[in-house]
Amino acid sequence: MSREALVNSAALLLLVAVPVWALWADEPFTITLATRAVIFALAAAGLNIALGWGGMVSLGHAVYFGLGGYAMGVLAFHAQNYTPLMDWPFTITGTKSMPVIWLVAMISSAVAALVIGLLALRTSGVYFIMITLAFGQMVFFFAISWPTYGGEDGLSIYVRNSFPGLNTLVPIEFYGLCLSVLCVILFLNARLIRSPFGLALNAARQVPHRVETVGMNPTRLKLSALVISGAVTGLAGALFADLNRFVSPTMLSWQMSGEIMVFVIIGGVGRLFGPVVGACLFVLLEHFLGGVSEYWQVFLGLVLLGIVLFGHGGVVGMIAGRGRTHD
Amino acid sequence: MTAILIAEQVLNGLQFGVMLFLMAAGLTLIFGVMGLINLAHGSLYMVGAFAAATIAGATGSFLLALAAALISAALAGALVELVVIRRLYDRDHLDQVLATFALILIFSEGTRWLFGSFPLYLDIPAWLSGPVMLPGGIQYPLYRLALIVLGLLIALGLWLLISHTRIGVQIRAGENDREMIGALGVNISRLYTLVFALGAGLAGLAGALVGAIQSVQVGMGEPVLILAFVVIVIGGIGSIKGALIGALLVGLADTLGGIFLPELLKLFTDPAKATATGSAFASMAIYILMAVVLVWRPTGLFGARV
Amino acid sequence: MSVKTLLAAAGLVALAAGAQAQVKVGMITTLSGGGASLGIDTRDGFMLAIGMAGRDDIDVIVEDDQQKPDIAVQISDKMIQSDKVDVLTGIVWSNLAMAVVPSATAQGLFYLSTNAAPAQLAGAGCNPNHFSVSYQNDNLHEAAGAYTKSAGYTKPFILAPNYPAGHDSLTGFKRFYDGELAGEIYTELGQTDYAAEIAQIRASGADSVFFFLPGGMGISFLKQYAESGVELPLVGPAFSFDQNILQAVGDAAVGVKNTSTWSKDLDNDANAAFVSAYEEKYGRLPSIYAAQGYDTANLLLSAMDKADISDPDAFRTALEDADFDSVRGDFTFASNHHPIQDIYVREVIKEGDIYTNKITDTAMEDRDNAYVGECSM
Repeated sequence: MSREALVNSAALLLLVAVPVWALWADEPFTITLATRAVIFALAAAGLNIALGWGGMVSLGHAVYFGLGGYAMGVLAFHAQNYTPLMDWPFTITGTKSMPVIWLVAMISSAVAALVIGLLALRTSGVYFIMITLAFGQMVFFFAISWPTYGGEDGLSIYVRNSFPGLNTLVPIEFYGLCLSVLCVILFLNARLIRSPFGLALNAARQVPHRVETVGMNPTRLKLSALVISGAVTGLAGALFADLNRFVSPTMLSWQMSGEIMVFVIIGGVGRLFGPVVGACLFVLLEHFLGGVSEYWQVFLGLVLLGIVLFGHGGVVGMIAGRGRTHD
Repeated sequence: MTAILIAEQVLNGLQFGVMLFLMAAGLTLIFGVMGLINLAHGSLYMVGAFAAATIAGATGSFLLALAAALISAALAGALVELVVIRRLYDRDHLDQVLATFALILIFSEGTRWLFGSFPLYLDIPAWLSGPVMLPGGIQYPLYRLALIVLGLLIALGLWLLISHTRIGVQIRAGENDREMIGALGVNISRLYTLVFALGAGLAGLAGALVGAIQSVQVGMGEPVLILAFVVIVIGGIGSIKGALIGALLVGLADTLGGIFLPELLKLFTDPAKATATGSAFASMAIYILMAVVLVWRPTGLFGARV
Repeated sequence: MSVKTLLAAAGLVALAAGAQAQVKVGMITTLSGGGASLGIDTRDGFMLAIGMAGRDDIDVIVEDDQQKPDIAVQISDKMIQSDKVDVLTGIVWSNLAMAVVPSATAQGLFYLSTNAAPAQLAGAGCNPNHFSVSYQNDNLHEAAGAYTKSAGYTKPFILAPNYPAGHDSLTGFKRFYDGELAGEIYTELGQTDYAAEIAQIRASGADSVFFFLPGGMGISFLKQYAESGVELPLVGPAFSFDQNILQAVGDAAVGVKNTSTWSKDLDNDANAAFVSAYEEKYGRLPSIYAAQGYDTANLLLSAMDKADISDPDAFRTALEDADFDSVRGDFTFASNHHPIQDIYVREVIKEGDIYTNKITDTAMEDRDNAYVGECSM
């Protein structure tokens, strides 16, 4: 077993063991924190597809995260109030069923990623960063001022949505659901990188002109990766909204984009478990530093700075060694 | 809507654009010369405003306050460059984004630590306050007029600096070929510190100038930063001329969009709904402008190189 | 084990411990970031009242929500699940309140609002366990409308940011001002430059201006308005004329009329004691947020004197009595658990080097709120 595989197994083991311990020790809040970490990990795993394997530094992933959240919010809001989503040309009603909500969340985020990608991929490098940031800001301002779904106040959903066979109101059951989703996505990610598409994408990031010479279109490859990436982050957004039973434009803010990116970078860019380790570390830092000082963000900033200046390859990289998984 | 009102709004758009230019010029220079994306540029804007408010409070002199803003932001910039940024030049943009994101956290909460959570007081001096009557019967605040003039003077100064001085030659050389200027015996690390400090100083000056008519508080820099990004995407990264044109376009689009869109919608729907919906779309105006420019010219109006 | 059974278990333990039950209060408020000054004042006012009462049967846990809804939800989960609090309080912002309050009250906790009181929680979404000790969000805007009308203005220009509280603000204003408007605009949330709006005001032929621009937005607007040469009288709700903000606005605010439920010169004993104790303890003048925090704590203490927290129905009745000396004078609850109180008109003045407010008039007497009828409980 390689060192990276060891790190991954250890991370997975902790994600199972800690909540089980919390259940035994009757510390339900620890389970809530772990759920938060797992959902952030999922959002970051989405970004990692674009960032790590596609080489697209998107500073606007909050758009997909927030759209996923709003897919949950809007559908559950209509179900909760027994009002139809639309009447014409045919009637669509709201729903409280998680699988349906997830599907809608992923499709709407994917469509947004397609539109933004079509424009942003006309450029590259630093232009791409700024454009994704700017489009994120555009969606954010629109959400704040559009009154139908609560504007800045957001939407509050009183009861968590349902999943067949589970009582999602019980923290450990909801946690188990989120962890399962994360594992499925990580498994699919691992398959994706080794697929012909993944290999071509990797090549498109590193040597785009060579990809072109063999008759593939690097922009189209990247666009596909961005769409998949957006869909996964959108799914995480739907879960996050369900964790909080609440969605608001904060999920669309540029700070959110920054945080999702932070998860990926401190964990390890382009590493399968980088986002998982990064998100867990961030939630831990946030929780413990927040207890230390009112000005804890100064220390968070210093820690981040330390990681980027002295820790190449993020935490997973530091433990597992430099070699990136290009295979 | 009268011609006077439209003329006044155009002036407002110009003034907004000129201030955006001060932010965008630094960003675009830093990117052009060092290839660095600096998210913490907004923090330097805030540093300038806080320094100005402190010095104005202590001495009562607005000019001293402006000088303090310029100097302290430039010093803060130089310090950050020496300690952190220097290590990021040969990293990819991703590391730069994370490191400068971390700097935002440190600057913002550090400032709150030092100055407390309450907004600070900074006002314009008596000799620049009040309105003046312009030809055509336009009543316009003198201070805003001064901002337009000062901003254009700084733009001129920057152009002279870059096109007519030794430093300017080095900056232009740096934009074209980074290895070349090292070979020519220019002290690159000194040049980089200088350019970064110059950009930071401009941001700090903008913070102080704008702070006098707005609120000096933590977090004031980030909204401006994102607008400055839009400006340089439109103008073309690395181009001072592009930054100026882009800033004026964004300033005008934002100001005029906010006025005319709701008015336009009022023709179709009731006023309360029109103002709410119109304002929602007006806040998107500059991003739509950016999208249009990108479709037309992916590297911005004046960004020739890819 | 569900949260409800956990809570019930906690209640049983408390009962077993004896009559002198310990009340656990969770305060979620904003202590970091740009909005921190409001949360700090809320906390300081609340803790001042607890300290002055010298009680040891109440524990208060304070946590910072960073003005982010998801953090507020996370803290409320922690306080409910781990700390097992009985009462939540302290949220400053309406969007955070909407994220926390409905689910907290649905789990049987009491929520006492020190500030935020959105329409949803006063009308159809009201809950027997939710009490707003501050006001209903529309109140100060309604009072501004009533004042504008009674002062004889016939063509006000009104503006607010384009977000829900902004819409409620202009609706509230128009509820009590039914005359002609010179103009009505929504600005961008967080906007810092108002040159374009001021130009519109100048061109509109208005005879007065009503604006609701909380926080830094108000500071920017007031400074730019003073420079513009437009000299129409301004009216606004108290938020932009708060003790902490006035010092940053300076002369530009002097003479502006604003509506408030509280002022430091309100003439009653409770207020005099509060203002002097606050100044002595913290070295600064209290703000309306501090006053509301102080009243909230005193309401809670008064209910604790009358009933045990382990008997929610009795405790609720004790809260409804509102048997405490409010710094705002007469104070009772309407049937939807929002205050019935007088709303005053204040004017910004300069006292020595300090900018502050003095009461000039009463805008509305015994005002409840527009949503009483929509609330069924």
